[in-house]
Amino acid sequence: MNSQLLDGLKKLLGADGVLHKPEDLLLYEYDGSIESARPDCVVFPRTAEDVAAIVYLAHRYETPLVGRGAGTGLSGGALARRGGIVTAFSRMNHILSMDAENQRATVEPGVVNADLSAAAAPSNLYFAPDPSSQKACTIGGNVAENAGGPHTLAYGVTTNHVLALEIVLPTGELMRLGSAAPDPPGYDLAGLFTGSEGTLALVTEITVKLSRVPEAVKTLLAIFDTVEDATETVADITARGITPAACEMLDGWTLRAVEAYVHAGFPLDCAAVLLIDVEGLREATRAQAKDVEEVCRAHHAREVRVARDARERDLLWKGRKNAFGAIGRLSPTFYTQDGVIPRTKLPAALARIGEIGKKYGVEIGNIFHAGDGNLHPIILFDARDADQRRRAVAAADEIIEMCIRMGGSITGEHGIGMEKDRLMPLLFSEADLALMQRVHDAFNPTGLLNPGKIFPSAKACGEIRARPSPAAAASRT
Amino acid sequence: MSVARASVASRLAAIAGDSHVSADPAQLAPYAIDGKAPAAVARPGSAEEAAEIVKFAAAESLAIVATGARTKLSIGMPPREYDLALDMSRLDRVVAYDPGDLTLGVEAGIPLRTLAGVLAEQRQFLPLAPPFINRATAGGTIASGVDSPLRQFYGSARDYMLGMEFITGDGALVKSGGRVVKNVAGYDLHKLMIGALGTLGVITKINFRTFPLQELNQMFGAAFDSAADALGMRNRIARSPLTPMTLDILSPGADVLLSGEAAARVEANPRGASLPGGALWIVAASFAGNESVLERYEEELRGMADASSAVDAAVLDGEASSNALSRVREFVPTALESSPAATIVKIGVLPARMKEILEAAARAAEANSLPWAALARGVGVIYFALLPAERGEEARLGVTRAADAILSASSALGGHATIPWCPGEWKSALAVWGRARGDFDAMDNVKKAFDPRGVFSPGRFVGGL
Repeated sequence: MNSQLLDGLKKLLGADGVLHKPEDLLLYEYDGSIESARPDCVVFPRTAEDVAAIVYLAHRYETPLVGRGAGTGLSGGALARRGGIVTAFSRMNHILSMDAENQRATVEPGVVNADLSAAAAPSNLYFAPDPSSQKACTIGGNVAENAGGPHTLAYGVTTNHVLALEIVLPTGELMRLGSAAPDPPGYDLAGLFTGSEGTLALVTEITVKLSRVPEAVKTLLAIFDTVEDATETVADITARGITPAACEMLDGWTLRAVEAYVHAGFPLDCAAVLLIDVEGLREATRAQAKDVEEVCRAHHAREVRVARDARERDLLWKGRKNAFGAIGRLSPTFYTQDGVIPRTKLPAALARIGEIGKKYGVEIGNIFHAGDGNLHPIILFDARDADQRRRAVAAADEIIEMCIRMGGSITGEHGIGMEKDRLMPLLFSEADLALMQRVHDAFNPTGLLNPGKIFPSAKACGEIRARPSPAAAASRT
Repeated sequence: MSVARASVASRLAAIAGDSHVSADPAQLAPYAIDGKAPAAVARPGSAEEAAEIVKFAAAESLAIVATGARTKLSIGMPPREYDLALDMSRLDRVVAYDPGDLTLGVEAGIPLRTLAGVLAEQRQFLPLAPPFINRATAGGTIASGVDSPLRQFYGSARDYMLGMEFITGDGALVKSGGRVVKNVAGYDLHKLMIGALGTLGVITKINFRTFPLQELNQMFGAAFDSAADALGMRNRIARSPLTPMTLDILSPGADVLLSGEAAARVEANPRGASLPGGALWIVAASFAGNESVLERYEEELRGMADASSAVDAAVLDGEASSNALSRVREFVPTALESSPAATIVKIGVLPARMKEILEAAARAAEANSLPWAALARGVGVIYFALLPAERGEEARLGVTRAADAILSASSALGGHATIPWCPGEWKSALAVWGRARGDFDAMDNVKKAFDPRGVFSPGRFVGGL
């Protein structure tokens, strides 16, 4: 990379604030997806002013700039697809204010998701978005990708909890969007920038809404002998107007993999389980749990277990949240999809995914947010085998096309990044994409920030590069 | 207008059909904004027709204001130019409704009342309960950005709107978001359309998630001698495990207003119903659930009311509860009905700042001898109505001074305030959109990306956008 730029960055951040040796950059070639891309350097700002100065330098030397939190993203959003500078926010990890009375917190982007909830816990508050990577992933990354999690079924994804942002525009200008107070006048810019995957600005400060910890939680594990019974149960729970806080499904293959690793107590001989949380007032959860159990039984659940205490509940959820780590033990590489379908179509979708797996000769596990129709088919393959990789990607594409045909979406919570940019035209028309491009260009006209993301480019076709080694992160969505 | 009126009308008629275009002044009068009427109105029968009209208007540099039921057209500044009213009321269909999925797609012009009927058949509803509900359309409600008492529990439209189709300034029909309840593909452009007063595009379709109707619901009302006590009750609820559907605080003036004659004149209010009045501060919270949940709410709320020095408390159920909620929802129309020059300041502050801003606003009103009434939502939004008895110069001066003081106090407390409703002829002297904001350039960027020629509602929005 340009030595004057490197010198400028070192002068700004100190020698320990810049990484540029190939061996140091290795870690930053990856995130949680199967993509990889090598940056030219990685910088570690400590303040918004540092970030503005970095943006200014990048602008001056016409070098791409990509923001990065913990690198747990699943769509390649934090990878330097066109090289350049990765701005890692790990040193901007302070909770700037905690306002329990108003249920607000203001944080730097590098604050870890679970750390924010831990800090809010003494006031009986928490940050609701709960990606499975929450022990590692950062609020800044959550904002960039509009991250979700199991409990978004009831509480919404990140955007529903973001009130205000401080951003640095590609010009180096600092700006505040939105407001901690409700209904700021003007366009909902905080709503636009949340989920813009680092393509419009770098976020340097975030004000979020905190939620009150519910008085009661009941966790149910429903065990089924067929996948159809499990998916029909989910559709029926939704149709009956029962709103659990979370409703997750693990198919038999997946839960056996998980059980061998986590020992959560999942039965080994069943076809599928549903893991369901109901939350709220004691009186309400009691009734809801009963309703949920009734629906499960109506759809031939072999057994419905209710976690007796917090320890049992945590164990069941540990099984869910560590599932991806467990699968990493079984396969050198796996590819997690993130399609969404209308919930009524779950039974048909799962059946079709099974057929697609057979068609391409790949093993596909299913562990997903059933309650909101957010599928996570996990396709196992060995990235060292070009044919396997091709079949895995083809299977994934066919699943995504199925989601679109069913009236769904290509991503429920992972983002487009560099993984699904080429699929965008399946979901959006030329006119739709043209408007998004104009909005992009209005803020990031030269593509300085996170180039090669979200928008399809001819070059991107078929460009899925799989990681060469297992390196399965312990906890991902 | 760059072309003759008659020629515009005939060109529009070629797109939408003769009977759906008019340049007759009598027919145009209802579309006037602050006294300014358009040169023509077109009522397209489809999104494609509407897009054709926008294309034509853009080519001719005609300024367009899209309208629904026209109940909230006076929000914001009058348009700088206003050639064409694009009346969307013929686009009134339910496009897709999947009760099993709790998702819904509607055309922009569908009246909320019609929609509520369709959803009620499936025991579902949409928590959009804006003022003027008897006439309001889905598109107008989103474009005007008015809120609803139900935001306490369900959030605002941005939380349950899944996607949208709209027309940009070059006449392209585009969509953003989708039809499923979880979706992060692409930029959330549809969020920008909420409250944008049609300055970014013409909304043609909206997708929402729907919610199950609650079988049983009740409203708890408690009366207090002071705002401090009433807000103390609000804070107790916020700290408790209770999650009421609505939580509103009425000033003594609002209490009187909502049980008085003006309220009876508001169309959407049920006849003969009223809140238990008494010129006191009232906290009204509605909640829903099964019998044991309702019992729990009543017990806890009564305890909190006692601890907050309530002078009176009551639980309403059934029709009485929904009537009372209706009165709260129609606070703005009632205030407008009660005074010839009602000026409503909308304040947004952190909930803990509500007491201070209410005190400051009351002082500002009283210093200018203006009657006032306030409705404060539990989330920190306050509608503060200045209600002069006449519309003369003295009233204008008093309202201007009081509104200015309220805007300053809101800013000083870290919040903001705008003036969504006031006499049209006063707007030039009032900071309708509040104090200047540091993100104006970004808003300007967005406007130019959506509407590069500035054909949509020019000048109605923040900073002259």
